[in-house]
Amino acid sequence: MTQEITGAQSLVQSMEAAGVEVVFGIPGGAILPVYDPMMDSTKIRHILVRHEQGAGHAAEGYASATGRVGVCMATSGPGATNLVTPISDAYMDSVPMVAITGQVPSAAIGTDAFQEADIRGITMPITKHNFLITNADEIPMAIARAFHIAGTGRPGPVLVDISKDALQAMTTFNWPEELDLPGYHPKTRPHSKQIREAAKLILSSRQPVLYVGGGVIRANASEALRKLADLTGIPVVTTLMARGAFPDSHPQHLGMPGMHGTVAAVGALQQADLLITLGARFDDRVTGKLATFAPKAAVIHADIDPAEIGKNRHADIPIVGDVAEVIPELITALQAEMDQGVRGDYEGWWVQLNRLRETYPLGYDLPDDGSLSPQYVIERLGKISGPESIYAAGVGQHQMWAAQFIGYEFPGTWLNSGGAGTMGYAVPAAMGAKVGRPDATVWAVDGDGCFQMTNQELATCTINDIPIKVALINNSSLGMVRQWQTLFYNERYSNTDLHSHRFPDFVKLAEAYGAHGLQCDSPDQVDSVIEKAMSLNDAPVVIDFVVHRDAMVWPMVAAGTGNDEIMYARSIAPEWGSEE
Amino acid sequence: MSRNTLSVLVQDQPGVLARVASLFSRRGFNIESLAVGPTEVPNISRMTIVVNVEDLPLEQVTKQLNKLINVLKIVELEPDQSVQREIMLVKVKADLETRSHILETVQLFRAKVVDVAHDAVTIEATGAHEKLSALLKVLEPYGIRELVQSGMVAMGRGSRSISDRTVRSADKSA
Repeated sequence: MTQEITGAQSLVQSMEAAGVEVVFGIPGGAILPVYDPMMDSTKIRHILVRHEQGAGHAAEGYASATGRVGVCMATSGPGATNLVTPISDAYMDSVPMVAITGQVPSAAIGTDAFQEADIRGITMPITKHNFLITNADEIPMAIARAFHIAGTGRPGPVLVDISKDALQAMTTFNWPEELDLPGYHPKTRPHSKQIREAAKLILSSRQPVLYVGGGVIRANASEALRKLADLTGIPVVTTLMARGAFPDSHPQHLGMPGMHGTVAAVGALQQADLLITLGARFDDRVTGKLATFAPKAAVIHADIDPAEIGKNRHADIPIVGDVAEVIPELITALQAEMDQGVRGDYEGWWVQLNRLRETYPLGYDLPDDGSLSPQYVIERLGKISGPESIYAAGVGQHQMWAAQFIGYEFPGTWLNSGGAGTMGYAVPAAMGAKVGRPDATVWAVDGDGCFQMTNQELATCTINDIPIKVALINNSSLGMVRQWQTLFYNERYSNTDLHSHRFPDFVKLAEAYGAHGLQCDSPDQVDSVIEKAMSLNDAPVVIDFVVHRDAMVWPMVAAGTGNDEIMYARSIAPEWGSEE
Repeated sequence: MSRNTLSVLVQDQPGVLARVASLFSRRGFNIESLAVGPTEVPNISRMTIVVNVEDLPLEQVTKQLNKLINVLKIVELEPDQSVQREIMLVKVKADLETRSHILETVQLFRAKVVDVAHDAVTIEATGAHEKLSALLKVLEPYGIRELVQSGMVAMGRGSRSISDRTVRSADKSA
């Protein structure tokens, strides 16, 4: 006969059965029953964070760096609502994550009980699915379904809210063999007719671009993409979410498109006659003004989420499927055409693109006064720490520079909050990544604004032996907002000066958390301070890079304008040249 | 703007109506009417949703709805290939002088009187949206005291059932 256990024990066993190895969380009244049996689990490591937002981003960082489902846990009410930001973040960036929250006892639900919040209702629009469980017997099925839904199809966050009485009730543990989700059948296998048509269109096009999105990383399809690019010789652009999906060192890589993309990548999309869109979603930060985006291009759009196809841009050849299956089938179809002697001719296209690439490379001006340039710091960091390291960024100027000036070669080495734009993502995400990949060097490239939103997780890192490294790009302001004020608000700097060259003292702050605190304010110390940080692995390291505050992110497509209006630098528009 | 009728089969689980309603509100889709009730299959409910959209967003509506885990099937019902009905209860002022005129109207529209008071009658009418609007227009001059209308329910014509295949796979769950 099966042994009687509590719902909480059943939950712990369910998580073990789902393969969970680490949970980031904070206990509280309603979730407390779970924390007792979890203490005895030999399979699950629980990491006590300092704020539930940190738990959520850590789960995201873990998931993005490993490809496994990340798990965070919180109690009811404020514990659960503090998870809302990372859940929303995971939803926007398709991060596989399961959030488990305690809920007040079922009899108290709806009475405005202490620490009651309708977290299922609150997270409905920002989860792939969510559950409210009030019956202990239903816990294993809910957990099994949650992990399946989070990790398959287009990944995303799933929340399981469990009432305290269900956690305390007696039940038996039965891990389900069948999930029985009749309304959930992600279509992974592409339609072969669409693949054949796509192959024909690719070979007859003259100015095609592989427009690669984060889906390629989530689908683990980088290798396949590489083969497709090599086979066809077609130029590649990788969106902010796809940095690392294709090696930056590859000669066909034109860089990142979008608001702060390279002139070559943006220009390639604008002038293309065909977009081969793989796991990307025509986000407004990529397209600029939609009506003027890639005006001459036919569109092949492959995505596992049918709702993304045709949402923003009409697809001439829609392909619903997992890009990990789409790309190999496309390669086979292309190969078959090529065996018949059909070849793509992209020579003229490359002449055009190479001119753009050579004329408008990524770059930056060094400040006249000898002060530290943030781009230089980030560029050196990428060079010294190298492409095997993992880089998690916050949101703002430093994020864009980290996307531009660090060379990525491997998927899962660039973590950031792309869709939601969540300041404060970097430190906890780096922590989660380091837990998932303890042998990798993990950097949080953070701004002084972002860092002050979640830096309390340094304590978590120190205490739990998670030695992340933080490159703090301290320009003493909310830099990206300040840049917009410079450009669009007549240099009226309303509420963007953080005074963080004075307060807090980041070195002391790091030391207070048991981390190594280093500082650097001149270009000739940059290499040595990074090398010093690389040598310190007994505790987290924070380098306070005191940089000048007037650096701006270029190129830039101003919000609401078309991509053709991209500025290479302030008041410098690129010459597109005559078109053939 | 065009009116489209969607029949949506859903697993009958707590929160499913909220999921559908919140999806419409979040994505900025306009619901004109929504009716929900049980079907011939236990644990499966059917929603009839009338939406006001252009062509492109309708595809978005169905695709987004399909992403909801509890949604099993969506069928768009074309007006000429389906039966579409609403029900209406309307309380109209009626004195000795007007009552017979009102009763005549009721007969004309094949509606019926379901309650009579000394100065009012309550009329029940079933039909397509246009028929009920026409009836209301005729009744208006007498003085409408109270009005309640259901959302539209609809079903495709012919012998086929939209739940045929879906149901077999969904029956045991939910």
